[in-house]
Amino acid sequence: MTAEEQTLAKEKQAALVPLPRSDNAAVEGHRLSDVDEWGRSEHTRSVARRIYAPLYNNWFRVEWEGLEKIPQTGGALLVANHAGAIPSDAPVIMHGIEVELGRPVYGMADFFFRGIPWFGTMWARVGGVPAHPDNALRLLHDQGQLALVFPEGTKGPSKTYNDRYRLRRFGRGGFVEIAMRAGVPVIPIAVVGAEESMPIVFRLPSVARALGVPYVPVTANMLAFGPLGLLAYFPSKFKLRVLDPVSFDVPSGQERYSKSRVMDEAEKIRTDMQETLYDMLRERRSVWFG
Amino acid sequence: MRSGGRRVLITGLDSFWGGRMAQALESDPEVEMILGMGTSEPKVPLERAEFVRADQAYSILSRIVRATQVDTIVHTFLVVDSTRVSGRALHEINVIGTMNLLAAAGQSGSPVRQVVVKSSTLVYGSAPTDPAWFREEVPRTASARTRVERSLLEVESYVRDFAEDNPATVVSVLRFANVLGTDIVTPISSNLSRRFCPSVAGYDPLLQFVEEDDVVRCLEHVTRNRIPGLYNVAGAGKLPWSEVAAICGTRLLPLSPVGTQAAAAPLVRLGMIEFPPELQSLLRYGRGVDTTRIGRTGFNCRYTTAGAVESFIRALRLRRNVGEASPSYTYSQDIEQFFRHSPAVVQSSGESSVP
Repeated sequence: MTAEEQTLAKEKQAALVPLPRSDNAAVEGHRLSDVDEWGRSEHTRSVARRIYAPLYNNWFRVEWEGLEKIPQTGGALLVANHAGAIPSDAPVIMHGIEVELGRPVYGMADFFFRGIPWFGTMWARVGGVPAHPDNALRLLHDQGQLALVFPEGTKGPSKTYNDRYRLRRFGRGGFVEIAMRAGVPVIPIAVVGAEESMPIVFRLPSVARALGVPYVPVTANMLAFGPLGLLAYFPSKFKLRVLDPVSFDVPSGQERYSKSRVMDEAEKIRTDMQETLYDMLRERRSVWFG
Repeated sequence: MRSGGRRVLITGLDSFWGGRMAQALESDPEVEMILGMGTSEPKVPLERAEFVRADQAYSILSRIVRATQVDTIVHTFLVVDSTRVSGRALHEINVIGTMNLLAAAGQSGSPVRQVVVKSSTLVYGSAPTDPAWFREEVPRTASARTRVERSLLEVESYVRDFAEDNPATVVSVLRFANVLGTDIVTPISSNLSRRFCPSVAGYDPLLQFVEEDDVVRCLEHVTRNRIPGLYNVAGAGKLPWSEVAAICGTRLLPLSPVGTQAAAAPLVRLGMIEFPPELQSLLRYGRGVDTTRIGRTGFNCRYTTAGAVESFIRALRLRRNVGEASPSYTYSQDIEQFFRHSPAVVQSSGESSVP
């Protein structure tokens, strides 16, 4: 008998009328929404998928290659190249995997979004999670979910059209360290098409500084359609290729990993993705028809 | 040290937590003596706990500790709700009170072997850069702006120093999430019991709650089992604020995301809402704490976050129907002294129920 059970037994003896009390049963409470602990709502997500489907199927005409390499169960860290002034690759990847595999994808992105009223809430409801190492570890290790990160960060989408398909630096390799700690594979995804959907002609760094945002782009879409260009993507053909999952033979759950090992692995993944991108571009006949 | 059972000192016997904790310990036969300090009379009936009146900052504490030879101090009297007291009193109670308490516990030849401190997850703050779940060792990401948060951080740093200087003393610090339950009144609970409750437009934060029974059970758990360390305590899961409001049947009153405090001020003045500064960031970014560590000590909250909300709303519905329960108990010095110390009262092994 634990100390707690003893008190309960004693309380019952002391009570005049034994109260019907479910002693150790958890009180779960009723929920009214399906918002999970990350702020993602499957209901909102399915509405978003319905709205996004025409764009995915008819506008970008997305084609996947190697989707079977993404596991049906268990955690995996998806990494992809990031492009387009307002990146079109994140929703495409999330939509594609959710529709094809039927499992949720949490898109990890900068904290910046969380602070914006309305947008931040919406972003969380459709599966956005702030990119914090603890968040990634809980998603991948404790909950065995799929998390999507863009190791280039804002350096990817903020690059101009001249630099298209040239991967930026992969941060400090944090994504590799997280995958090692969580004991999950990294699955690289090469995306072709996002660069041309909203190419940046030039940036306005002083405006960005004044507004306190990461970058302010002037896109070809804006030059073509005016302010409407912020919403309108060009109908470039999307092709995605899933690379072989990369597993690291290191014990999981450690506080720190060899920095040189982490950087090496990150660089290897980056080189593989870059090679794959060049390969896909070699095969591509047309930006619009693939 | 004296032989026999434990001798426990509880601070803030007149406060909600002090009273509840004293009641809980009274049923423990291992606890030989319970002494409660408070600035006013206890508000709950107690069988054998003794009451001593003290000022807010507990300046007489070291004398009491020496005289009563208590071996355990349960510090429940930290203010985590800035609407209750003025800024000055808050500092006196939290910072100066804790300093005096630790000084008394750490004096040479002190009989104190355990100090339990009831802190709050307010020490983590609430910011967009926060992790979704704070572990105990993860520091807050934004600097503390509100008085309550700053004072609690100060308190915890004193307690850390004390633990370092007194390795022989078991120091337990519990950080509780926002509490909801059948009886406790907090700015959040009073907002939820009205027709309109404040929110910040454009934000729907995820919040975590702990039920009041779980708070007392957890304090009891670490006290009884002498568990040292720093622990988060909160119900499992998180709920969006909009859902909490919907469950409680109250309408959200969205305040402007810019100049929120200014927008709230007239409504607070009119008594329509409560909006202490701590709520401002909480109702934007929410907060979650990881409770793995307390779980490993063998304690699990009985109520999930949604369960705590339900417990609160069920009690509220009952109150709405039958009215506020009138206080059935008033403390009277003479009567309490009579039952405890008069030779006329037959003491049956120290744990009989109150007539």
